[in-house]
Amino acid sequence: MSNTTDAIEALAQREYKYGFVTDIEQEFAPPGLNEEIIRFISAKKNEPDWLLEWRLKAYRHWKELYDAGREPKWAFLPYGYGPIDYQAISYYAAPKSRPESLDEVDPELLRTYEKLGIPLEEQKWLAGVAVDAVFDSVSVATTFQKELEKHGIIFCSFSEAVQKHPELVRQYLGTVVPHTDNFFAALNSAVFSDGSFVYVPKGVRCPMELSTYFRINAAQAGQFERTLIVADEGSYVSYMEGCTAPMRDENQLHAAVVELVALDDATIKYSTIQNWYPGDEEGRGGIYNFVTKRGKCQGRNSHISWTQVETGSSITWKYPSCILQGDNSVGEFYSVALTNLRQQADTGTKMIHIGKNTKSTIVSKGISAGRGQNTYRGMVKIMKGAENARNYTQCDSLLIGDQCGAHTFPYIEVKNRSARMEHEASTSKIGEDQMFYCQQRGIGMEDAISLIVSGFCKEVFGELPMEFAVEAQKLLSVSLEGSVG
Amino acid sequence: MLEIKNLHVSVEGRKILKGFSLKVDAGEVHSIMGPNGSGKSTLASVLAGRDGYEVTQGQVLYRGRDLLEMEAEERACEGVFMAFQYPVEIPGVGSIQFLTAALNAIRKHRGEEELDAFEALKLFKDKVKQLHMSDEMLHRSVNEGFSGGEKKKNEIFQMAVLEPSLAILDETDSGLDIDALRIVADGVNALRSPERAMLVITHYQRLLNYIVPDYVHVLVDGRIVRSGGKELALHLEEHGYSWAGERDPAAPAGASA
Repeated sequence: MSNTTDAIEALAQREYKYGFVTDIEQEFAPPGLNEEIIRFISAKKNEPDWLLEWRLKAYRHWKELYDAGREPKWAFLPYGYGPIDYQAISYYAAPKSRPESLDEVDPELLRTYEKLGIPLEEQKWLAGVAVDAVFDSVSVATTFQKELEKHGIIFCSFSEAVQKHPELVRQYLGTVVPHTDNFFAALNSAVFSDGSFVYVPKGVRCPMELSTYFRINAAQAGQFERTLIVADEGSYVSYMEGCTAPMRDENQLHAAVVELVALDDATIKYSTIQNWYPGDEEGRGGIYNFVTKRGKCQGRNSHISWTQVETGSSITWKYPSCILQGDNSVGEFYSVALTNLRQQADTGTKMIHIGKNTKSTIVSKGISAGRGQNTYRGMVKIMKGAENARNYTQCDSLLIGDQCGAHTFPYIEVKNRSARMEHEASTSKIGEDQMFYCQQRGIGMEDAISLIVSGFCKEVFGELPMEFAVEAQKLLSVSLEGSVG
Repeated sequence: MLEIKNLHVSVEGRKILKGFSLKVDAGEVHSIMGPNGSGKSTLASVLAGRDGYEVTQGQVLYRGRDLLEMEAEERACEGVFMAFQYPVEIPGVGSIQFLTAALNAIRKHRGEEELDAFEALKLFKDKVKQLHMSDEMLHRSVNEGFSGGEKKKNEIFQMAVLEPSLAILDETDSGLDIDALRIVADGVNALRSPERAMLVITHYQRLLNYIVPDYVHVLVDGRIVRSGGKELALHLEEHGYSWAGERDPAAPAGASA
């Protein structure tokens, strides 16, 4: 027993592998949040008036909430977290000039991407991955536009979309996550910096996985991504998002908003690997990840599928949800959330059934190690008109060691008697028996853990695009190094 | 191959093995028989390196090395294999993936080239065939939803793949019907070789009709009370364990071959 524990302790001391800081010239907005700053951001980005007004409206709403002390506190975060000083944050940071091609990109930045293993050059094309790389707040490089343009697909930074496709942005922005949705969504709507925009036209099947890598790089510069994906009738798109963040002492706030809209017969598959800096063993310095992600299955037979692998951040507060408005629409949520060290995650989903014959599937796998606290919070709501709605929920927790916690808060609200609901839940501990069985066959402790955990997560990994699944598996092993006790 | 000297083992403060001694040479099959609670499974667990067993006295040498100093996975890599009494289920982990990981860990330890997925699969299929088992279990998660018999067969199959030097079979016969018992025993017999030693731990004599041991030892209350040839097992079958204990209560601990 004791030698096992020692080995584990030693492994637990390892440092976050992606912790490094890039030195690049930044242009900051002065810290603080007020209407002036919002005008500054909007002007910097050369935005149309309607968008500035939209931001200001969101800001005023946020300020009301803030003044009323209504920052949400309902998440289950037993370790708590320090108060966020919204006036101490810089809401704008951008590389000074916007390069036209990769040759003009700061080599320092390219090296950062390389360290992260982001294939920004030709190899990526070979891998069939188009990348809209986001560095701090402004996209600095976008590839394969032309390839996509052939199919009429728009995949660009949000700022660029505002300039080039204002009508589309205006039509859909805030239709899934209105600025009044919640405290952090209001904040994001006021100050969002950049993000991705995707539009797939009618009947087009996007020929490649669209992928964006995010990275927080500037201290004190919270990142407020805004992503909007619209899949027009009969189209299909698979979007992947993954991120790592450098080591920092101050807590960094990340409040992103993602909106998905699927029209008739359209399918959107959204995959995330989240690996923000989790903080040290005492939970110092990690990212606060307060994200609002929601998809609207607006059309008949539309389909939205969320898959997430959450291993980073000191606090994760995130509920990728589906509004199943169109008849026969389908919503799915596949999640692996891992908390190690002193990480806290309160994550899950909401499935709102409005249309007839709507179906939702929830598969949540929570892994708690170290002193991690992992909470699944889910809501399934069947509205009055949702005849023959079906939901299947499976919620499994795996505990590694005896200092971590797993918690489950499922809410079910049914207003139509024809609904069929299934809920399965389990909690298990990585057994010493399983470990010993592996070790007796010659498999070392670390490999044994990652083998057992990958088995636990199999159903979710199966939903990820192939290249992402491999990465996710690796990430999980790295995140779990030295976690069993 | 294996030399156990005056081994004393406690579990949670309770003395289980009280001066167990045994010497096993390569090529030999020794059977340890004993009633429930005599310490049979404790012996297997201590040899395999399971946590939670406190060795208070004694020594175990395996090929001249101190076995007790080695981690469980190192013992496995050095050729110690235990067929579990209760094989463990690992949901979601494919049998092929699991066994490939095990095989390659051992090969790596020996300084041999690791096998790629295709080579490993071919090896597994050959072994399954040799053992007259179904390769269906290869395509399922490790022991998940297996019947008792399937689990035990899977243990023998793994043993055939990993080719240990010292195989410890912990009550492999328990819960087997006669057909499964025969397949398991045939598998074990096929693995008998001059280089390999086996320790067959069992409660019942039945298994020893199929796996005929070179030596039989009777374990009562943490010590070997009698040792003999295969005929000793038949005596036991007739007279019960109390006979072994009563007839010769002062038998020297560790009478052995």
